[in-house]
Amino acid sequence: MQSLSTPPSAEVLAVRAGKQQSVQRMRQRSFKITLTFWSFIIPLMLGLTVFFYIPILWSVVLSFANARATLTPTSFVGFQNYREMLGDPEFTSSLVTFTIFAFFIVPTTFACALGLALLVNSIKIAQGFFRSVFFLPTACSYVLASIIWKMSIFNGSFYGLANAVIHNFGYDPIAWIATANPPWYWLVLVTVRLWLQLGIYMIIFIAGLQEIPRELYEAAYVDGAHKGWQTFYNITFPLLRNASISVLLLNVIAAFQAFDEFFNIMSGGNAILARPPLVYLYKIALSDQNYGHGSAGAIILTLIIVIFTLIQGRFLGFGRSN
Amino acid sequence: MDYQRYFNAAMNRRRFLQYTGALTGSAFLAACASTGSGGSGGGGNSSVPTLTQWYHQYGETGTHEAVLRYAKQYTKANVKVSWVPGTGNEYPDKVRAALLGSNAPDVFELPGPTVDQVKAGVIEPLDDIIADVKSDFLPASLKPLTINGKVYAIKMINDPTFVYYRKSMFQKAGLQAPTTIEELISAAKKLSSGNVKGLYVGPDGGVNALYLIAGWASGGDFISQDNKIAFNTDRMAAAYSKLHELNASGGLLPDAPTFWWDPSSFTQGQCAMQWCGLWAMPGITKVLGDDFGIFPFPALDSQSQPATIDGGWAEMVYAKGKNVQAAKDYVKWLWIQNSQVQIDWNVGYGFHIPPRVSISAQADKLKTGTASQAVDILNKYGHANPPLWDSTMDTALTDAVSNIVKKGANPLSELNRAADKCNTELQTLLS
Repeated sequence: MQSLSTPPSAEVLAVRAGKQQSVQRMRQRSFKITLTFWSFIIPLMLGLTVFFYIPILWSVVLSFANARATLTPTSFVGFQNYREMLGDPEFTSSLVTFTIFAFFIVPTTFACALGLALLVNSIKIAQGFFRSVFFLPTACSYVLASIIWKMSIFNGSFYGLANAVIHNFGYDPIAWIATANPPWYWLVLVTVRLWLQLGIYMIIFIAGLQEIPRELYEAAYVDGAHKGWQTFYNITFPLLRNASISVLLLNVIAAFQAFDEFFNIMSGGNAILARPPLVYLYKIALSDQNYGHGSAGAIILTLIIVIFTLIQGRFLGFGRSN
Repeated sequence: MDYQRYFNAAMNRRRFLQYTGALTGSAFLAACASTGSGGSGGGGNSSVPTLTQWYHQYGETGTHEAVLRYAKQYTKANVKVSWVPGTGNEYPDKVRAALLGSNAPDVFELPGPTVDQVKAGVIEPLDDIIADVKSDFLPASLKPLTINGKVYAIKMINDPTFVYYRKSMFQKAGLQAPTTIEELISAAKKLSSGNVKGLYVGPDGGVNALYLIAGWASGGDFISQDNKIAFNTDRMAAAYSKLHELNASGGLLPDAPTFWWDPSSFTQGQCAMQWCGLWAMPGITKVLGDDFGIFPFPALDSQSQPATIDGGWAEMVYAKGKNVQAAKDYVKWLWIQNSQVQIDWNVGYGFHIPPRVSISAQADKLKTGTASQAVDILNKYGHANPPLWDSTMDTALTDAVSNIVKKGANPLSELNRAADKCNTELQTLLS
């Protein structure tokens, strides 16, 4: 024990100097690490802020203002824009449209993706090839696929592909996209989205399937279970819960945000037949230049998606461990 | 300790890369910022002001070279021309978005000005340019360009629309050009056999092509002279229900690869008649020679007249630009004074009618045959909507007409509903 009166010995001084040095070095290193961290994060944050957060904030501001043909409004009108959008029959009917669309596309995609995943996963040879082939349409743009569906496959003239096929069965050509009754355009819209997004959801299901341990199946066969529906219903499907929930969630959100195929296929006087909210808001904000109404509509739509996702997550137990 | 040396060395290299990356990044941002503040007048004469001008991408060959030529001919300013691609509403949307920013074009074309643009102060009144020759324009040409009595755009081209028909097919069926909508429907039915149909009006049952024309053909109008919504009348309802009849008759070509403004279906013989515009006439003449004629969209009945729209494009000036007076002088030179440019632009590449009546009388190509018929149709039956009729009202009316034509909804109740919507919009604009 050293008293304060006696000067510290050389070893003690050396140790103290060593400690100071190492503390200094640690501070320097942590300073360098902090600097590195920030210099990587700042460009990212900058981009996010400028292109993501600021527009969202601006949009919220615009939704409370009377902004027609100007992005810097001077008069603020409180919740009037929201009231007008919710009272707009076209907006509410667009919400009904996309509910119908979700009602068609979500179960269909879910069932088809699951079926495809089961089939592809059980192939013994060239599994990678089939996975790639079904995934390939994901690389195709929605606009391109919409144009091909509209002008080539479901063309209303006698020489469209679908019309040529039904002609073989003796039917007259149908104007698939332009007819209101019966609403054939739903077939066009659902099939184009199905073709485009089946690959992604199939991959998610395949990943989920491959996580199921094989021993479970072997144990089930030993216990006398039949291959097929019994093992699927009792083993496969329950263990795919997380994958199923992700697929459902992603599917519903994507259906809410549907724009490309509607904008390109249902054009001109056909637009009224199936006009989802985003197409309507696009028209209001960018063609009519009513940015106040458009922003209010966008915020309403966002809130709907968020609430729906939360409810769905709650209901399906998303994130809960198995 | 070895790892520490390694760590230090790696950090140094990494730090060097970070700093150079940050430097280039900020230099890039700085460069972007500077080009946004109006580029200097490139390699031109620096004693005259620089103007930017936007055109939409016209389809006809030679149009791009022509506009560059006109810009070069003008010596009092350095005009930089942008040839902006996009179909349908894309070009107008791009212009409107640009008008909100700091890089708006000084001179640009649009179908017409809007009340919102005037309220926001982004477009310049052009009354002083047009004052001397105002009477030389058709009233229907000036109507969509005038707001509160001031003219905000100078018409560049006039585009009437009408029905083209195959003379040979009409002769074979023993038909004359229809004078009422009823006759048009029966002609379309009679001329349909097998894969050839009577009439093509677009892949949406004619809504986009005829939602205004059919109304005018009933003798009514959409906004009255005293600024009231005027289209929810019985006669208008009757006209639109005739469109529904046309759709149900089976005489329409249901679909085609192109919209009604492209005459391919007509020239390829898939329909005996097609709704199209003057711009298509040269292309049709090349394929069909003189085996075609035109007639305007027929009247609802003997109490009204046929109708066409006085469509086209008009030149406008950005009010908050740096050289507003120079831009106005340029527009005056192009579309008021320079008759040679006006004739060349209208009939040299595509086919349109010069808006100044005296100059359109000088164009040789418009003096004979079906072209002169088209000029006649425009002069006698041309209609247009005032700028108070904006795109919100357009959508409301299009939706109503779609419901009537496609779903067979009750015409008058649909029109009343649309009229309510339009009225709310109108009151907002008038306030």
